[in-house]
Amino acid sequence: MSGAEVPGRGRASPDELDEDSRRWVQALGGTGAEREAAAARLHEMLLRAARAEAHRRSGQLRLSGPELDDIAHQAAADAVLAVMAKIGRFRGESRFTTWAYKFVMFEVSSKIGRHFWRDPAVSLEAGDWDRLPDRFGFEPSRESEWRDLAAALRRAVEEDLTGHQRRVFTAIVLAGVPLDALVAELGSTRNAIYKTMFDARRKLRASLAANGYLDDDPVRRP
Amino acid sequence: MNGWSALERFLRTDPRDAGCAQAMELLHVYAELAAADRAAAGRRYPEVAAHLRACGPCEEDLEGLLAVIRPGGPTRLPG
Repeated sequence: MSGAEVPGRGRASPDELDEDSRRWVQALGGTGAEREAAAARLHEMLLRAARAEAHRRSGQLRLSGPELDDIAHQAAADAVLAVMAKIGRFRGESRFTTWAYKFVMFEVSSKIGRHFWRDPAVSLEAGDWDRLPDRFGFEPSRESEWRDLAAALRRAVEEDLTGHQRRVFTAIVLAGVPLDALVAELGSTRNAIYKTMFDARRKLRASLAANGYLDDDPVRRP
Repeated sequence: MNGWSALERFLRTDPRDAGCAQAMELLHVYAELAAADRAAAGRRYPEVAAHLRACGPCEEDLEGLLAVIRPGGPTRLPG
């Protein structure tokens, strides 16, 4: 994986910020009643965003109104803490509100990931190779065409991946565990789990290509 | 799409992929660019665009951020 250019790391001076952002930073960086009032307004704003985001994602989740609202409240509260803790790192490369909303999105994702494990039927280890055809849309009527490929993939998973890569692959691909839920369960980070899967995908592709199941063309630029 | 191509697409990796940490670091900047012109955001940050194509959770965060910063989103100024 490569690194993207990150805008300047220095703290933005008030003169460099747009007026709305400058007022937010000034109010939240103040003291006493002014800061408390700004924090309360920030919470109000982030709660609206968290509710909107929880509602936007509700179609993908088995969550009802009260549970969604609970997630929104938790996410907004933690996003406020994140914004207050990181306000000195706001560099003004976007509006303050966009930067603050970003933490709402991260917190909603994290809360939904944790919520996944409330279903007692879910198991991290319940990887079932019988689910592979469904996962990738292999048609049962054409099993003769994909049986060898599926067997080669299973062999590559068992022989070429490290134990950790195999565990992550099994959870995400075969057990259908969402990445953020796995992050919560393993006490890891999204970046670390994604990197593990990235490396596993690359290894598996190389193995299947070496055995003639896929073209040896790991990158197809869009 | 048949299963073969779905698996091939799943296993394909892009060496430009910035990873989650970089994408999350830049998400607010990328979102404002994408709100105006998504293709331009991809041209400005190709590593982030490559990551967003492959990472469902980060792409979902971007969609949420775009939804909330659209005109009429829940912005309120202090004071």
